[in-house]
Amino acid sequence: MSLITDLNRKALERGVPLSIHLDVTYRCNERCEHCYLEHDGDGEMSTAEIKSTLDQLAAAGVFFLTISGGEPLIRPDIFEIIEYARSLRFNVKLKTNAILIREREARRLRELNVEQVQISVYSHRAQVHDGISKVPGSLARTIRGIRLLKAHGLKVTIANVLMKGNLDDAEGVRQLAKEIGAHYTLDPTITPMMNGDSSLLALRITSDSLRTVFTDSTLVGNVEEFCAPPTAIDEDTLEGYPCSAGHTAAYVSPWGDVYPCVQFPLTCGNVLEQNFSDIWKNSSQFNEVRAIRGKHLTTCNSCSHLGSCTRCPGLAWMEGNMRGPSTADCEKSFIRTNIPTANMLQRGYTDAQAFAVSHDTLPQPQLRGATRTLVQIQPAR
Amino acid sequence: MTTTITIPTTPLATTTYVSRSHSVAARELAGEMMIMSATDSTLFSLNETATLIWNAADGKTSLREIVENKICPEFDIDPETAYRDAESLVSNLASLGILQLSSEPALSKNESQ
Repeated sequence: MSLITDLNRKALERGVPLSIHLDVTYRCNERCEHCYLEHDGDGEMSTAEIKSTLDQLAAAGVFFLTISGGEPLIRPDIFEIIEYARSLRFNVKLKTNAILIREREARRLRELNVEQVQISVYSHRAQVHDGISKVPGSLARTIRGIRLLKAHGLKVTIANVLMKGNLDDAEGVRQLAKEIGAHYTLDPTITPMMNGDSSLLALRITSDSLRTVFTDSTLVGNVEEFCAPPTAIDEDTLEGYPCSAGHTAAYVSPWGDVYPCVQFPLTCGNVLEQNFSDIWKNSSQFNEVRAIRGKHLTTCNSCSHLGSCTRCPGLAWMEGNMRGPSTADCEKSFIRTNIPTANMLQRGYTDAQAFAVSHDTLPQPQLRGATRTLVQIQPAR
Repeated sequence: MTTTITIPTTPLATTTYVSRSHSVAARELAGEMMIMSATDSTLFSLNETATLIWNAADGKTSLREIVENKICPEFDIDPETAYRDAESLVSNLASLGILQLSSEPALSKNESQ
């Protein structure tokens, strides 16, 4: 067993929140057309409140800390926050658009031993990237930031969100990442806005395009393995947990709300009103999420894909039932394997092609929530 | 990437002070210290003894004092054997960038970023 697997196992057995995603702001200097956030609204914790939150997280045993937003570097105190986090010995990963990263910022992030920086790039062509970010010149500034980070020895991952508007540019971004020396991930997931507005789903690539992505060996590695039919459901799968949300991972919003995951915005408490460990251990919401096993999932517990599906409980919750299917993931499982899911069959999609025609036929989110990453594809290296 | 700690190296100076490297992330889980290097993302797991040394490695306390005050009371082992083992261990951890060794005690706070 690898150390990281062992670490996760121990954390799961002991109920330790190993990983936390902390958004320090929802404000942003870009207006990306697929973004699920509203950039104004519910306020932000002060520097002192965030430091207190970090103290609570360290005491709870959190090891991996992802600092994100919004654009986190828009906060003037961001380096004070990161420095404090590092003094508490978190493993810090930063998600940014890198627009505000210049020499000083890159050097400081290296000095603070930030483990990794993840940056979204939508295209290698300015016209396309800037069209999505809505900020002229943003691609050039982002690439300048990435190069500075690399020059200072930081590990950079370029995250390529794939949608209709940049569908043809994935290879260009991958080559750009290779040239810069950055890791590359591709994510074809577009999710509803936090306010429930599902109009963003129109940006999703079509099923046919997704099929093309899933059968591209430069993106998914071994296509036969990636698209292999599901294996038989066994007892371990039925007794297993759907994902790490609420088990070893959680999310903290800019104003201190605690959710199981950024993709699962079920409010479990607020760190300004209640200690994080108390929320983590005792909130009825976390305990409800934790009680769910594969065998408890309605429809999915009889689905042949149960053991291999990327089912997101947050998306399922937004569809109205945290124990129900996440339809977008049903679609992915079907597209990968060409084997209909139980959810599809239940809805009368006996003809595989019929399911693949349109997102309009899929249930729309009924509850407030947001997601970003369901399937991240690490290309073969 | 993950790795395990291995074999002893060369003997240390007569008096050695050990401090925790500021380049790593660390958290104790189930009595073992998990360490991740920011430089190459290697994950290490320190056993109980190494965790005791890590926790005591403030740069101001000598390794011999750590062994005598933290290791020996915890494990039924004679001080000289324990010290030799500890020397090997901290040399190894230093070569991995987890600990820093010095022949002088730190004068001030040694874990600033």
